[in-house]
Amino acid sequence: MVVQSAGYHEIEHMADWELHVWAPNLSALFEQAARGMYALSGTHLQNGPRRMKFLNLSAADRESLLVIFLEELLFLGEQEHIGFDNYDDLRLSENRIELQIEGATILSQSKEIKAVTYHNLEIRETKQGYEVNIVFDV
Amino acid sequence: MISLQEMLRINEFEWEIPVAFRADMRVPVRIFATRQLLEAVMEDKSLEQAINAATLPGLVGHVLVMPDMHQGYGFPIGGVAATRYPDGVISPGAIGYDINCGVRLLGSQISFQQAEGFLDELASALDHYCPSGVGGKGSLRLNEAELDRICREGSRWALKAGFATQADLRRTEEGGCLDGADPSRVSKRAKDRGRPQLGTLGAGNHFIEVDLVEQVFDPQAAGVMGLEPGNLVLQIHCGSRGFGHQICSDYVKDFQGAVRRYNIQLPDRELVCAPLNSPEGENYLAAMRCAANYAFANRQVLAHHARQAFEQVFAGKVSNWHLHQVYDIAHNMGKIETHMIAGQMVKVCVHRKGATRAFGPGAAGLPPEYQAIGQPVLVPGSMGTASWVLVGTKESMVRSFGSSCHGAGRVMSRSKAKKMVWGEDLRKELEAGGIQVRAGSMAGLAEEAPQAYKDVDAVVETVSGAGIARKVARLRPLAVVKG
Repeated sequence: MVVQSAGYHEIEHMADWELHVWAPNLSALFEQAARGMYALSGTHLQNGPRRMKFLNLSAADRESLLVIFLEELLFLGEQEHIGFDNYDDLRLSENRIELQIEGATILSQSKEIKAVTYHNLEIRETKQGYEVNIVFDV
Repeated sequence: MISLQEMLRINEFEWEIPVAFRADMRVPVRIFATRQLLEAVMEDKSLEQAINAATLPGLVGHVLVMPDMHQGYGFPIGGVAATRYPDGVISPGAIGYDINCGVRLLGSQISFQQAEGFLDELASALDHYCPSGVGGKGSLRLNEAELDRICREGSRWALKAGFATQADLRRTEEGGCLDGADPSRVSKRAKDRGRPQLGTLGAGNHFIEVDLVEQVFDPQAAGVMGLEPGNLVLQIHCGSRGFGHQICSDYVKDFQGAVRRYNIQLPDRELVCAPLNSPEGENYLAAMRCAANYAFANRQVLAHHARQAFEQVFAGKVSNWHLHQVYDIAHNMGKIETHMIAGQMVKVCVHRKGATRAFGPGAAGLPPEYQAIGQPVLVPGSMGTASWVLVGTKESMVRSFGSSCHGAGRVMSRSKAKKMVWGEDLRKELEAGGIQVRAGSMAGLAEEAPQAYKDVDAVVETVSGAGIARKVARLRPLAVVKG
């Protein structure tokens, strides 16, 4: 069986949604988390004009950084109807993330995510890189 | 994890996890459940989360868990925890992201026989008048000053704006307005999200449902509420939308630092908290009350829209199409209340997350007509099963901080429900059973399938058997609108 070096899959959760995310490095972990979140919410983008944003976010630790990064994407989806599928120049330190994101207007979204939670949130180092489980309130 | 043998069986409907079970527990956990319901929840992490909740500083009495409990994030759904005021803590995660998510019940004089031929039209009208769906926006466009007024006034704003009657407010928890709300404690981002969403249902497990009063158990109480067997009623289940979600997110983030400053050790970062009398705690309480008031106003505007739908469908066909308010009650809230604990009246902050306030007869704050019968407790089931109207009891005041269950409670994960149920098949099945369905997403409908929920009748028998609520009426669904 071929194991992908980066990816995500849904874990059974009684009331909400839980994602297991893994990647060879932290930057890729954040990108996979974003892709997984869009997949969970059934987000599809238009084939229209591309939209770009630059994000510069800071937080007390890398778990908080992951939360505010995903929340930022949710906010842009709700307020500006943009989803993102391209994550460039992602620079990550212990308490800051900077990146350029590119996407398009959301064509459809089947489910609503209320929040990204801190429930048992811990970015762990593995032999292959990093992994994290994220619970979303839906 | 804990086994059944490690719990104390208090009686047929109550169990206890003793404080000695884990070294960091500050109070015991009291579970309202039959053995069968308890064994079912031992398959998820509800009890582990209740034990984690029992580590919060300043807890008094027990951490309580209702029979509709299920695993949440941090704090279990169906959990109730009271912390001493003012030096105990308040925890945003123990109230939930959807602050003042709650249920409103409206009664009518329209009989099933009169309505039977119009249920399809009624479902479509409700779907048309009550905006729903992912990120749904309403017809109201609020400026910042108006949103601030809603934060401070809740349903009183709706009354002034023509969306409510005095009777609606009288039959709403706290009259639809919590004092002490301060919009200056709410972020710009929360306000940006809140402005376009007032009067919208949202998605997920939120719904508007037309039911039939199928069976009455307490004719006197049902009579006071205006519930007659064979007549239509309407339930609205929703909360504070993106406004409340953002307020909770903002303060869960903020409190990550607060726990370090106050040297609070917790087993889960989602349980972060701050002393009620700290600047952080006071700020959250003031912001949470804004979201609570927004949610009261939200359900009030939705009720106004639902009345428009009823008028459109039934005007000229029945003599009285008016929907009267039975009650509006929160099930995700933090409230400062006074309760009898170990023989003394103690001021506490009661966190209810997926648990309904259930004040008994004579309790302060109930409208005059409910003083003798107790506060209505609204327990929606799942789309295809019954819902219940209960009342709080004297027992609930001394044994559960005046609290009871809030619904059926999930018994199957969303991913499993999606694998087992095809949304379109479910819609057809419900409609074949006489239930009209309007849903924004078939995948979302599948996740909310009736088989994903516990037997609501068993949940109600438990709170009734335990004495913390009394049965008044059972409702049967006729039409459901889901986001």
